[in-house]
Amino acid sequence: MRIPISALIGLFFTGLFFVMAIIAPLIAPYGMAEVVGDVWEAPSDKFLLGTDSIGRDLLSRMIYGGQTTIFIATAATILSFVTGSVLGFFAAVSGGWVDQVISRFVDLIMSIPSLIFALVVLSVMPTTIPILIILMGLLDSTRVYRLARAVAVDITVMDYVEAARLRGEKIGWIIFRETLPNALSPLVAEMGLRFIFMVLFVSTLSFLGLGVQPPQADWGGIVKENKEGINYGISAALYPAYAIAILCISINLVADWVLNRTTSLKGGRG
Amino acid sequence: MTEPLLKVRGLKIGATIYPPGEKSREIEIVHGVDFDLAPGKVLGLIGESGAGKSTIGLASMAYGRGGVEITGGTVEVNGRDILSSGLRDVRRLRGAEVTYVSQSAAASFNPAKQIMEQVTEAAIFQNKFSKKEAEERAVELFRKLGLPDPENIGSRYPHQVSGGQLQRCMTALALCPQPDLVVFDEPTTALDVTTQIDVLAAIKEAIRDTGVAALYITHDLAVVAQVSDHIMVLQQGATVEYGTTDQIINHPKEDYTKALVSVRSIQHEEKQPTETPVLRVEGITARYKGTNFDVLKNINVELHPGQTLAVVGESGSGKSTLARVITGLLPPSSGKITFDGRELTPDLPTRPLEDLRELQMIYQMADTAMNPRQTVGTIIGRPLEFYFGLKGAEKQKRIQELLDEIELGDGFQDRYPAELSGGQKQRVCIARALAAKPKLIICDEVTSALDPLVADGILKLLLNLQKIEDVAYLFITHDLATVRAIADSIAVMFQGEVVRYGPKSQVLSPPFDDYTDLLLSSVPEMKLGWLEEVIANRKMESAGN
Amino acid sequence: MHPIVKLVAQRLALGLLLLFAASILIFAGTSILPGDVAQQILGQAATPEALENLRRELGLNEPAVTRYFSWLGGILQGDLGTALTNGRDIAESLSSRLSNTLFLAFWAAVIAVPLAIFLGLLAVRYKDRWPDKIISGVTLTTISIPEFMIGYVLIYWVSIKWGMFSSVAIINDSMTLGQKLNAIAIPVMVLTLVVLAHMMRMTRAAILNVMQSAYIETAELKGLGMLKIIRKHAFPNAIAPIVNVVMLNLAYLVVGVVVVEVVFAYPGMGQYLVDHVSKRDVPVVQACGLIFAAVYIGLNLIADIVSILANPRLRHPK
Repeated sequence: MRIPISALIGLFFTGLFFVMAIIAPLIAPYGMAEVVGDVWEAPSDKFLLGTDSIGRDLLSRMIYGGQTTIFIATAATILSFVTGSVLGFFAAVSGGWVDQVISRFVDLIMSIPSLIFALVVLSVMPTTIPILIILMGLLDSTRVYRLARAVAVDITVMDYVEAARLRGEKIGWIIFRETLPNALSPLVAEMGLRFIFMVLFVSTLSFLGLGVQPPQADWGGIVKENKEGINYGISAALYPAYAIAILCISINLVADWVLNRTTSLKGGRG
Repeated sequence: MTEPLLKVRGLKIGATIYPPGEKSREIEIVHGVDFDLAPGKVLGLIGESGAGKSTIGLASMAYGRGGVEITGGTVEVNGRDILSSGLRDVRRLRGAEVTYVSQSAAASFNPAKQIMEQVTEAAIFQNKFSKKEAEERAVELFRKLGLPDPENIGSRYPHQVSGGQLQRCMTALALCPQPDLVVFDEPTTALDVTTQIDVLAAIKEAIRDTGVAALYITHDLAVVAQVSDHIMVLQQGATVEYGTTDQIINHPKEDYTKALVSVRSIQHEEKQPTETPVLRVEGITARYKGTNFDVLKNINVELHPGQTLAVVGESGSGKSTLARVITGLLPPSSGKITFDGRELTPDLPTRPLEDLRELQMIYQMADTAMNPRQTVGTIIGRPLEFYFGLKGAEKQKRIQELLDEIELGDGFQDRYPAELSGGQKQRVCIARALAAKPKLIICDEVTSALDPLVADGILKLLLNLQKIEDVAYLFITHDLATVRAIADSIAVMFQGEVVRYGPKSQVLSPPFDDYTDLLLSSVPEMKLGWLEEVIANRKMESAGN
Repeated sequence: MHPIVKLVAQRLALGLLLLFAASILIFAGTSILPGDVAQQILGQAATPEALENLRRELGLNEPAVTRYFSWLGGILQGDLGTALTNGRDIAESLSSRLSNTLFLAFWAAVIAVPLAIFLGLLAVRYKDRWPDKIISGVTLTTISIPEFMIGYVLIYWVSIKWGMFSSVAIINDSMTLGQKLNAIAIPVMVLTLVVLAHMMRMTRAAILNVMQSAYIETAELKGLGMLKIIRKHAFPNAIAPIVNVVMLNLAYLVVGVVVVEVVFAYPGMGQYLVDHVSKRDVPVVQACGLIFAAVYIGLNLIADIVSILANPRLRHPK
């Protein structure tokens, strides 16, 4: 199987970011909250990216920040996926009033923009990492629900699913052997997009001061801490922007490739 | 001899294909075709899917659909080579000298515009007629084509008229600019059988009255025989045989042509009913949830072991709904079904496994009837495992036996559905049904999506298997030729009711009720002049008009 | 009654119902969630008396249903309550901020919508060739960066490095339109970039979908030129999907505004909301949340109604 060059680049950077997140304490030159220099020192041999608004090593904060951001995004994506696809498949296979009740409720949640909804909830909830993950995951699971339900409904009207039902197969076989294998690829591609959305979401919340709380580092927070520097021409706040852009574009490239492969799978063996 | 209107020499057409995961590449789909068409004559292009007939038709307008490109040869219209002229000249040709009628008028009409505007657009744009003249012409054509209310139908929108009517409008659209040549691309294929004949007759009359020349493209030799002067038989982008209609139909030279001519001529001796039927449907009435009319009204039919009951009707007659009721997918509102001496419960989940095993189903679209992620071995093996608990070598052996029975042989076990041809897919579906050792198989339009020769092969196989396995078929179809070929008894359905029912010999002999007469007379016959005969002798109007 | 009137009326009723349900959800989100709002507002160190006072002030001792209906009743009469933090009337503080927000969103839309449709057409015209590839590459990048980062990147380059436009967007009533526009130039650029990508991609897909229809082929086979085909056959069928795209993205813009206002310290509703979320000023959050939801639902409703009105099958029933 040949992997297109764009997908290879995407896979490389995605892998790189995840590995860096996992081994962050090993590669970060300084501690996360350690004040090691002056305010906003320029990049040097000692501080590859310079220092931040209170003299911490920016590279170390970027690495630790990546860890936090990627961890929260990953956990929220998993939560969103499990909740959304289980409910989506359940609704599609059950049909009838079960489907109606869940679908209308999801419509309702989606009638309020996610960010606004999150802000409303965060006005009364403490902003801890578990709460962020649950909030983001559940809000986003509405999107996964819609996709999973649509994909499953498309598949359950296929003659081969009807053939399985006529054969007398149990619901387990129908979901896991007939429906799921055909639904997996679009869901995996969607997972990439949801992950990107989560990264953007958590960064936005942190930037607004309602996400990850200092001194813990995360990419959105780094922007918030260093935004004043912009006015003096100090680009410290821009590094997280580059990091997020590279990560998101890489994942987009991989997701595109998975989607293309999905369509091609219909025409031949995987 | 007059100068030909259309002169095609060495026409080669290529296409760019994009195989998944590989680089795109060029393939040749038409390999050098020659023909002439004199003014006012009709040439039929016939072949199975993939023969390149539509592509050749569009080449006469210098048009390639999708990634299709004309790579060699010449196409002359009225003495001008249209392939070497610029886009400006080609645009003057399209819609003026040569026009086009597509298979699906419903998709080819712009949904947002009135019919009249679309019918007259080319004539006005190409400066053939003024707006007023063009509209008068259109009304005249509507009348000639037998459309109801010809003065006002033009002010309607495409979705406001029926499929058969829209196909006639499309013909009017093509004829309105007074072209020299019309390309008809399967114009009646998407229509119901009874509607097809009327539209065909209308097209034929319009061609004769306007003196236009035509390329008539179809996969149905019997249809093309009714309208064309010459016929060209194509197979995989090359000419097989080219001659007058009389020569092709009555004295075919090539084996392939002979096979096409003799298609649908399977003979089947009718069997006598036995003591106890395997399936008895009594007083079945059914409706879909949320609707307030019965799709099935008091249906009573019987099917005897090892025999075939054909259920015939057009779309909307309720024949597929009957299958859903019998399989338990749609519980009936009243009536009962007895299968093999015991009464079936109305809905699927309550039926014992034994009933499910003995009653199998084969679908029209083999493509969607098989899970694309499962191999042929898994597809056929699952019923063996599920009903009989077969495993390992024993299962493999039985799978191979079944593959032999459906004449597919070795090496198919590990293939995926996408790697099979249409006919092969349907064979695998048959094997899957047989694997359950059923007493009855419901065949829902199993041959209607297939090319005629392939369909014939499937019918022969089904008849053979019936002899070996002693299985009964409930055969649902709209095609009476198929019914003639395989049925022992026939039920004709019309608007949710069985209007005629009995042994084949009886149902197919006069005196007929009006609907059966209409249906019977709508099956194109492989003989010249059949169309005129039929239209002259009809008792009933088809519903699609 | 014409079926289309009935359908539109149904949609409107559904929109109102949805808004009503959304108000319940917003109220529930701030009232029924675990945790005592009063405790959250005052922090762990609060004295029992202070807590009790605040609870009474918030009406927390009443049942939730009663509180909801008195809240809803107030809103229906234009009374959004008073802010906890400064005791001001929320409706009063909101009105000028809402108009500032709409001013910003309006100018972003004025630039983004025509630009997106133009670029979408361009991408279709040169499908799979370099203009299409460049456009899709740039849009992919802007989709992958959060709004606030686009904001800082632009501030850094446009305002600081190149010295054009101001990096804070403070406006007040005494400014002329020109001054105001100068002040919001960079925020408008950010919002434009943010919605442009989505809108362009969706426009491209919608137009491509129409251009691949069989009736476009029919028009081509009539010998019509490309421009005429687009004008007479593609355009009437592309209106509904494009309006849909535009509305969905304007809804998206409403959310983008929140963040962009914070970045540029713009005195709009978004900043007001974010400020009061940090201060845990529940009545303000509820009011802002409801207004944002209403705008969002309203835009989606318009998109729905336009699709109904543009559908020839519904406009000319059988």
